[in-house]
Amino acid sequence: MDNKETILQIKNLKTYFPVNGGVGREKRYVKAVNNVSFELTKGETYSLVGESGCGKSTTGRSILRLIEPTDGEIIYQGQTINKLNQKEMLQIRRGLQMVFQDPYSSLNPRKRIGTILEETLKIHHIGTKQERTQRVMDILNKVGFQNEHYFRFPHEFSGGQRQRIGLARALIMNPDIIICDEPVSALDVSIQSQVLNLLEDLQKEFNLTLLFISHDLSVVRHISNRIGVMYLGKLVEETTTDEIFSNPMHPYTKALLSAIPVPNPRIKREKIKLQGEIPSPLNPPSGCVFQTRCPFAMEKCRTVEPELVEHSPDHKTACHLYYK
Amino acid sequence: MTDTLLEIEHLKVHFDTEEKKVTAVDDVSFSVKKGQIVGVVGESGCGKSVTAESILRLLDEKHTKYEGEIRLEGQNLLAKSAKEMREIRGNDIAMIFQDPMSSLNPVYTVGDQIMEALLLHQNVSKEQARAKAIDMLKLTGIPAPEKRVDEFPHQLSGGMRQRVMIAMALSCQPALLIADEPTTALDVTTQSQILDLIKDLKEQFNMGTIMITHDLGVVAEVCEKVVVMYLGQVIEESDVLSIFDQPLHPYTQGLLKSIPTIEGNREEKLYVIEGKVPTLNQIPAGCRFAPRCEFQTEECRTSIPKLESYGERKVRCWHFEEIQGKREATMYG
Repeated sequence: MDNKETILQIKNLKTYFPVNGGVGREKRYVKAVNNVSFELTKGETYSLVGESGCGKSTTGRSILRLIEPTDGEIIYQGQTINKLNQKEMLQIRRGLQMVFQDPYSSLNPRKRIGTILEETLKIHHIGTKQERTQRVMDILNKVGFQNEHYFRFPHEFSGGQRQRIGLARALIMNPDIIICDEPVSALDVSIQSQVLNLLEDLQKEFNLTLLFISHDLSVVRHISNRIGVMYLGKLVEETTTDEIFSNPMHPYTKALLSAIPVPNPRIKREKIKLQGEIPSPLNPPSGCVFQTRCPFAMEKCRTVEPELVEHSPDHKTACHLYYK
Repeated sequence: MTDTLLEIEHLKVHFDTEEKKVTAVDDVSFSVKKGQIVGVVGESGCGKSVTAESILRLLDEKHTKYEGEIRLEGQNLLAKSAKEMREIRGNDIAMIFQDPMSSLNPVYTVGDQIMEALLLHQNVSKEQARAKAIDMLKLTGIPAPEKRVDEFPHQLSGGMRQRVMIAMALSCQPALLIADEPTTALDVTTQSQILDLIKDLKEQFNMGTIMITHDLGVVAEVCEKVVVMYLGQVIEESDVLSIFDQPLHPYTQGLLKSIPTIEGNREEKLYVIEGKVPTLNQIPAGCRFAPRCEFQTEECRTSIPKLESYGERKVRCWHFEEIQGKREATMYG
């Protein structure tokens, strides 16, 4: 049973942002993504979760090279894409699309929906004018709109509808992979379930691979096959969805899970309380990135950085507690 | 009942817009007891924030008309003059806003901002106010409050800023605290710290609290009573256990079913409430939820249901008893 075809491979991805140190001062870097590796298999949904500032969005953007990664390899269909020039990258982007978080700022308010969607096809020189219009209509129908919506402007749509337009824009090129950066965070709960269900339907229909970036673990649990937990630019745990909820290993994952408010007042769970806040990525702690807030921190954690190691099949974690 | 703190009765809030008058809050009534946390839930546009802002009279009164009564310990706030309201705001009633980044003044230190309310409302010297500000910061769990008191908002993280907001709101020991989505902008681990803090402080000061939120998880965690709003009206009111065990209104049921949880079946599709919330310009003729409701009948489309009592609870639906029966039949049948 080897139908697990790897479609995208991220190896030791690093994205650093230089910080102006000023005259006479040493130039420093914010290590937003610090040595992150993972793989996507065809047709799966892989989620990156973590709190703000953990580098999950930067990882997503670095893969598409919307932010230029500092180091590492992004291998898509056997090709390392992070050294390609702009023209070559354009070809690659046909297969790699993105849906953004904010449906209000990601659509140009002065253009009609049809024009916004057709633009993608124009950039890639696909079809004649008529064929393009037809394709746009088709895709609009797919995400639940009628033909007449072609001529509407973004302001005529609600948040949930705009997010569906964002999905249509990503789908129009028939991509292999869609990176969804917090696609439902800005939506009301009743609308959120509409968009999530649509996303699942489309994934099945087009055999899409999704990289889903979110801070909402309940949503992530619903939609993903595998989950990677990030903290301060590092991947600290990676495993299947069922495993992470039933058997979390890393203390940060445990704390994160216990902090989710459960919509059931009869359940009173034991909470793992974390002290303090995420340290500044400009000045990350020595050793393990989580040691400043970890209730189980040992001497070793303060000096030696733990590596992401497979402790049981399909379950990787970066924590000294589990080293034999 | 002497322990009732706030009573809202038949509150209506009308706004003049350029085209016509819209009614953002339409006949809302509920009460808050001392030491009770009441959750007001609903989606954007349901009028939950307008209700909260009416209590403090924060809306632009040139274009706003109130009807009904809001009584704080028996006194009607809607009949107070602007000057009297200034005495009440921050002193008897305090509010925490959603966005701690933009609700603090960036050019004053956090200490100055906490001291402002104290100097305004209470007869204290500057030194006393400063000492009190440090005490309040300590109470909210900010490390090294003696140092933090002289820092500016930009030097603090989101969770710390929300703690400063809480310190500021509680500095005059208000009888009523209104928290408008206090944790929405925060990460989950910080959210759980802030919710614990609000619960602790409620115990300590016996404050009544109104918690406005769209997150049913937050409601289950901290509230004792829940008011569900839809398009300017209260559609259900209940204690927290009953509403999660047995939601009466189809909208409440829909909301509970449409959220993914960390316990439910993953393979199952999420429930979807079809359509979207109508705007205030196109309010449906009968029940406001009828166009999106799977149980709608002719009666629902034409006549407006009243908020009726059902034991200790209240619900605004023509058919809730039948729906309840059907629901039980499918659950146990």
